[in-house]
Amino acid sequence: MQRQSREHFDASTIPDDLAPIATVLSKMLPGDWRSLRPVIDRRKCVQCGLCWLYCPVQCVTAKPRWFAFDLKVCKGCGVCAQECPQRAIRMIEEAG
Amino acid sequence: MSVAATAERPTANTPRSVVVEGNEAAAIGVGLARPDVVAVYPITPQSTLVEHLSQMIADGRLNASLMNVEGEHAVLNGLQGVALAGGRTFTATCGPGIAYMFEPYVRTPGLRLPMVASLVTRDLLSPQCVWGGQQDAMVVREAGWIQMHCETVQEILDTTVMAYKIAEHRDVMLPVNVCHDGNYLSFGVTRVELPEQQEVDAFLGPPATNWHIALDPERPMGVDPLTGGAGGPGPRNFVRYRKGQCHGMQNALRVISEVHAQWAERFGRNHAPLIEEYRLDDADCALVTIGSMTGAAKDAVDIARDQGEAVGLIKVKTFRPFPLEVMTAALAKVTRVGVVDRSVSFGWNAGPVYQETLGALYHTGTPIPAVSFIGGLAGADITAEHFARAIALTREAKWGSVAAEPIWLNEND
Repeated sequence: MQRQSREHFDASTIPDDLAPIATVLSKMLPGDWRSLRPVIDRRKCVQCGLCWLYCPVQCVTAKPRWFAFDLKVCKGCGVCAQECPQRAIRMIEEAG
Repeated sequence: MSVAATAERPTANTPRSVVVEGNEAAAIGVGLARPDVVAVYPITPQSTLVEHLSQMIADGRLNASLMNVEGEHAVLNGLQGVALAGGRTFTATCGPGIAYMFEPYVRTPGLRLPMVASLVTRDLLSPQCVWGGQQDAMVVREAGWIQMHCETVQEILDTTVMAYKIAEHRDVMLPVNVCHDGNYLSFGVTRVELPEQQEVDAFLGPPATNWHIALDPERPMGVDPLTGGAGGPGPRNFVRYRKGQCHGMQNALRVISEVHAQWAERFGRNHAPLIEEYRLDDADCALVTIGSMTGAAKDAVDIARDQGEAVGLIKVKTFRPFPLEVMTAALAKVTRVGVVDRSVSFGWNAGPVYQETLGALYHTGTPIPAVSFIGGLAGADITAEHFARAIALTREAKWGSVAAEPIWLNEND
């Protein structure tokens, strides 16, 4: 988790039944509730970077010869598979 | 910054009065409260109220930003941002405008943002209608906003200033609608006394809108995170916030009374904060009214009194939160009650204020005959004659003879 530049607001100074605010980060990541995962065909990937541009949760990482996905962060939306001009990405169901 | 109604009127800090319409009185009250941002959309519909405000800003008489956005939905979302950043806000709306505003409108009380907005009450569509009625206010009565209904033009000005003090009170922290009747008050022209700016500054103090929830890089926090879902702490947290909101509303009953008392002490004008009892103490029969209709109703009560009838009146000023305790005490004084609504409850085939009066009557422990009257829809005038008829029918009302229909006062006008 990236370090915050500043401590979160100290909510202990205000009533806890007033306005709904959050002062600690949720431990849950998008990958915890994903139902589809992207699988890349390394032979087709030309490293154009379109998936990296489009990914709404910025889970795409560059490998030496292809692009990969951080599956802790990927929420399985499938935008990358939809946009890949090489059809190098397909979405498969998470098993179990 | 002076907020004299026009440039050639007397300067600030001299006691003075002006002759203005209700919308201008509201605008003067807003100006005295020195909002940081006024957000408006010119029509869905809008009233002359924000025209007066935009003129005051353009003339340099009010040092505020005028945010002209693309609709009422954006008006209130924008103002939520202003309040979260610590600014004092204002907007005015009515009828279809508040319908368009509904999504951010219901969110504002839960965020506990102490915003003030005029609701120039108007009948809702359809039939197509641009005239007065209180259907808009009654539709949003469970949205969580405080609702205070004014009787006179002077009361609009005074209540608008007081609304900021009530909303920003630490025990309240809720948005306030200052309601005044479309046509009858909005365009009704009377003489009003103007409070002095420095007195209002001392009365209100600086804005306090975001000490508890903020968009502020110095105090990083998540605003309004998802709160709910079975199996986790969400529903428990949700209940805690909901209870807090309900407590804020109940606290408002005390704060509204305190602020009205402080206003009377500083400015010499006494407005009934929750309800007003008029000639009620020895009455056996009472009318319940809300808003500007009350003037004509008081005339009808006076006429009936001259004829020896023991009639009184209960005016509801604060409708949200509902002033259950004082309403119950007032109703306990009489043996018959007639409630005059300027709107309709479709579910109950009666008036909304009537329904709520019945709720208060339960707490008196003594069931008494109660009659629902509906009048003044679509700009119709409820005259002293209409109220005389309401009084006569209320006096005849017998327990158990529950009418299948409310009595529509303007039906045969």
